[in-house]
Amino acid sequence: MAGERSFFGPVDPAADAGYDEDHPKRKGFFTDTSICIGCKACEVACKEWNDVPATHFDMLGSSYDNSFSLNANQWRHVAFIEQAKPMGEQESGLRRQAVALGMPTMGPPGSVPPEPGEDDAVDRPDFRWLMSSDVCKHCTHAACLDVCPTGSLFRTEFGTVVVQDDICNGCGYCVPACPYGVIERRKGPEGAKNVGIAQKCTLCYDRLGAGSTPACAQACPTQSIQFGDVEELRERANARVEQLHEAGIMDARLYGNDPEDGVGGTGAFFLLLDEPEVYGFPPDPVVTTKDLPHMYKRAGAAALTLLAGAALAFVGGRR
Amino acid sequence: MVPEATFTSYYGRAIVKPSPWEADIPTYLFAGGVAAGSSLIAAGADLTGRPILRRSGRLAAIAALTVSMVALVHDLGRPERFLNMLRVAKATSPMSVGTWILSSYGPFAGAVAATEVVSMLPSRLRVGPLRLARLVDRPAGLLAALLAPPVAAYTAVLLSDTATPSWHAAYRELPFVFVGSAAAASAGLGLVAAPVHETGPVRRLALGGAVLELVMEHRMERTMGITAEPLHQGTAGRLMRAAKVLTAAGGAASLFAGRSRTAAVVSGVALLAGSACTRFGVFEAGQESAKDPKYTVVPQRERLERGEPVRFRERSGSPAPSPTDPVTGDRSGDHRPAADT
Repeated sequence: MAGERSFFGPVDPAADAGYDEDHPKRKGFFTDTSICIGCKACEVACKEWNDVPATHFDMLGSSYDNSFSLNANQWRHVAFIEQAKPMGEQESGLRRQAVALGMPTMGPPGSVPPEPGEDDAVDRPDFRWLMSSDVCKHCTHAACLDVCPTGSLFRTEFGTVVVQDDICNGCGYCVPACPYGVIERRKGPEGAKNVGIAQKCTLCYDRLGAGSTPACAQACPTQSIQFGDVEELRERANARVEQLHEAGIMDARLYGNDPEDGVGGTGAFFLLLDEPEVYGFPPDPVVTTKDLPHMYKRAGAAALTLLAGAALAFVGGRR
Repeated sequence: MVPEATFTSYYGRAIVKPSPWEADIPTYLFAGGVAAGSSLIAAGADLTGRPILRRSGRLAAIAALTVSMVALVHDLGRPERFLNMLRVAKATSPMSVGTWILSSYGPFAGAVAATEVVSMLPSRLRVGPLRLARLVDRPAGLLAALLAPPVAAYTAVLLSDTATPSWHAAYRELPFVFVGSAAAASAGLGLVAAPVHETGPVRRLALGGAVLELVMEHRMERTMGITAEPLHQGTAGRLMRAAKVLTAAGGAASLFAGRSRTAAVVSGVALLAGSACTRFGVFEAGQESAKDPKYTVVPQRERLERGEPVRFRERSGSPAPSPTDPVTGDRSGDHRPAADT
């Protein structure tokens, strides 16, 4: 089980965790942000199905994003980014020629009001609106699972990563371990279930067991969130990127689909239209436990240094 | 000065999350170090016939260990479930490894503290099974001392094995900083507690620990790149500066601790305070590094710009990235050397 690749590199995570060969195929999400319309149906469906309490709701002044981030009480989070860029050949609507309605016009003193029919929009910016529904990545090499000291976090037969609420003692180690900042210890609200316990997306483990689609994917009206076998989703994603490139949207790129990346590829991966950090993703995430063997060696050397130092202090010279 | 890094983020929000840990954890880092060092000193004092140093070391170890355990349990989101730590033994989790290290060390540190207390009783009260204490005394003390160094060192791995930028980037040097800090603090306690004629070894240990901590901390900052910044800013910066001054002063004062009891106490107190500042400073710097997306994005972005994303290679040796799917977007073209396709 603890093979060389258990920390890094391409593996089938369920097989690596010791499941038999006849375990189900790895399940995951392909979130195609190019067709996300920001409706937040995924956020709502997730909260409803998983009984995730609402705590953080503020008017944040960050476009339509008022749910802030993925956290213990937010297992799907829709990001909204407003940019002064065109979306491929798409018409933003801002450059449309003004239609003369014959109304009296007014401008700053000295300015000449545009003649009816004249294009007054040439100076207006391009505009595109990026929306992306973020979720736990269900990493091939999941740092949260690696560092969990109680065995509460475990690898399911579907290759996903799930917290067992009745075992977690809220040590909080998974929180700083996650390279994406997904998992968090639930702080409240008062009286909600699982306060003090690490919480995150389960990829609807209960629904998967019953052969159903996770709530968010089921609710997504545009199929921006696609659920299925990771292997097949990766092919579908490659085809979609190719299609977008052909359509002139050269910004399109996949994120998390490479089994050789720093976390061994993610079970939930994304088609993005800009650099990952624009959406709040780390650009080159690495599972921290990749370096753990080296860390133990350094700590071992330090421990021996302390032992030798103390011994020398007592042996060397008698004063 | 390094020029201000430019980077992109999502409304300036953090990417990784800071640990939910509070003062409990740096308190434990400090107390655990004091416990470990004190067990080593007590064993040395026992073997070299320094009874007061032995006694203070053993009692300090159990007191510091008790503080550690209380802090560790208090820090949990569900303290009543602390025993769940013992459900599994998991090498991939430094916290699980640490739990088992403490679980092995604790009983011996406790036993030897108990035998020490028994030896303090008037002889007419040392009756029945209490007379066995003398048999247990030295073996338990030596086993505690052997298990003590991992107690002092593993806490560095505990912090480094995270995505917290300023903790992970420090993983090479942090164990040495922490054992140096543990040696200096416990030796400092010995200097305060024991009379001058018994403190020869702890004076050497104090100086050695202080030098190790200062040298390795300096080297750590130089290898951390941009993630060293939080060690110089705000509360963490003040703590780290205080740690350096106190540790250096304590180390210097230890040179005079053989002649003057006052110098010994000053040195000991300074070293203890310096060690505490180091632990709180490193802890705080990590927390701050997690709250600012800069420390997550900039190092990763720099890797990509250099064309060196972290990628798995079969039996690595060739620096060229493995060929990747050409449709993974402009990243492959922009940041990776062209794959031969």
